Amino acid sequence: MTGSSTFLEVRDLTVAYGAIQAVRDVSFTVEEGQIVSLIGSNGAGKTTTLRTISGLLRPVSGEVLLGGVPIHKLPAHEILGRGVAHSPEGRRLFARMTVEENLRLGAYTRKDEAGIVSDLDRIFDLFPVLGERRRNKAGLFSGGEQQMLAIGRSLMSRPKLLMLDEPSMGLSPIMTQKIFSTVRDLQQQGTTVLLVEQNALSALALSDRAYVIDLGRTTLSGTGRELLADPRVQEAYLGEGVAS
Amino acid sequence: MNAILEATGVTMQFGGLTALNDVSFGLSEGEIIGLIGPNGAGKTTLFNCLTGLYAPTAGQVGLRGTTLPVDPARVTQQGVARTFQNIRLFPSMTAEENVLVGRHVRMKQNPLSSLLHGPGFRRSEADAAEHTAKLLAFVGLTKFSDELARNLPYGDQRRLEIARALATEPSVLLLDEPTAGMNAQETEATRQLIFAIRDLGISVVVIEHDTKFIFTLCDRVLVLVQGELLVEGTPDEVRGDPRVVEAYLGAPPDEVDAQIHAAEETR
Repeated sequence: MTGSSTFLEVRDLTVAYGAIQAVRDVSFTVEEGQIVSLIGSNGAGKTTTLRTISGLLRPVSGEVLLGGVPIHKLPAHEILGRGVAHSPEGRRLFARMTVEENLRLGAYTRKDEAGIVSDLDRIFDLFPVLGERRRNKAGLFSGGEQQMLAIGRSLMSRPKLLMLDEPSMGLSPIMTQKIFSTVRDLQQQGTTVLLVEQNALSALALSDRAYVIDLGRTTLSGTGRELLADPRVQEAYLGEGVAS
Repeated sequence: MNAILEATGVTMQFGGLTALNDVSFGLSEGEIIGLIGPNGAGKTTLFNCLTGLYAPTAGQVGLRGTTLPVDPARVTQQGVARTFQNIRLFPSMTAEENVLVGRHVRMKQNPLSSLLHGPGFRRSEADAAEHTAKLLAFVGLTKFSDELARNLPYGDQRRLEIARALATEPSVLLLDEPTAGMNAQETEATRQLIFAIRDLGISVVVIEHDTKFIFTLCDRVLVLVQGELLVEGTPDEVRGDPRVVEAYLGAPPDEVDAQIHAAEETR
């Protein structure tokens, strides 16, 4: 880990749903080994950006480069094969499949059974409730437990770049702290992380770098600390009382 | 105390799993109650029992002293409305149409008049449209009236669900994670919206993990842990309770504050 080479570069990205442009000329870079956050209000285009990186959407213009290679025309499974995993907003689990089946689907590009089993154990350590009920159907779990499963599934591909869309959604404060400390552990083990999170305070405290996206454009960027201390960010995204 | 909504000894078992164990509480007129607790504690299950989606294994739910039926449509008609943690809008209908669906429980036209589009029908349709426009304005979604629900950003879909619930003219509104997916500014707007709803005379129960939001919004907070009411009290009482810190809150937010101060000093 040198931490100095650009792993992901998004260059002048524009994405539209029909006539509506959700992302306009968004540019940012993620260095290898960094945690980078995208913050911004609802409808700013953060989720759309992640969906475009993982190949679920095609850009109107602009590029997505992974290790310098354009990937924005590749199908989603090839992008996953190159080490990009995505834990989507809204969980998107297979409700009628068991916890373990959902997790194993996250590993479907892998062949190393021993490694898969050890990763399953790691996820059950992290979220004991999933291990205790590994043969239960995902649809029977509470919302927060499903969120844990979605995050666990994204880890099962052993990604080089992990993209988490609102990982704290539906999770108790204590579980949110656990997720954020897991993200830091993953970084220390060499995973690069791209985070979209409404809990901007915790996200910025964790991030090496962050970008504010507003109305589909990147408007501000800096280290997590710089943005935490930036009055414009405090006012808009951290809430009153924090700035005092 | 005069409770408008009252749960008495509500127990809910799924096979061998006890999701709720002997839960009792009362919601007073004009009160805002917060319901917090660890993931899987039974919060949404309690909402499902309160709204007639589940028949409790034991216990009952009463509205103004009358036991509520185990029938969500009739519970809504009697004045209890809700939103869902996993948003359940009609994705291919417009925002306006979604609200109109909520309005439907209060429309009294008979089938013949509806078929013939008689004057009574047209008046009632016009009333519903007007009421819907007001509600969309109330939640700040007028600009999205004609937009398909699925095209709305997550946070706005939550507001639309609130508008649809309000269209049923409830006396009690149950909100399941209304600020999930919202940033601080949008969360604050939702807090103001819930105060405005309370000012309309509607009593509210809110499930939410954003504790800053809960503690600044609610008159009273209930803490559910493993299906049981562990603690009940004012925000200050609940926040300081060591059992709540251990099971739910974890490290105090002061640690995050400390990080911000550190960031400010390096500026």
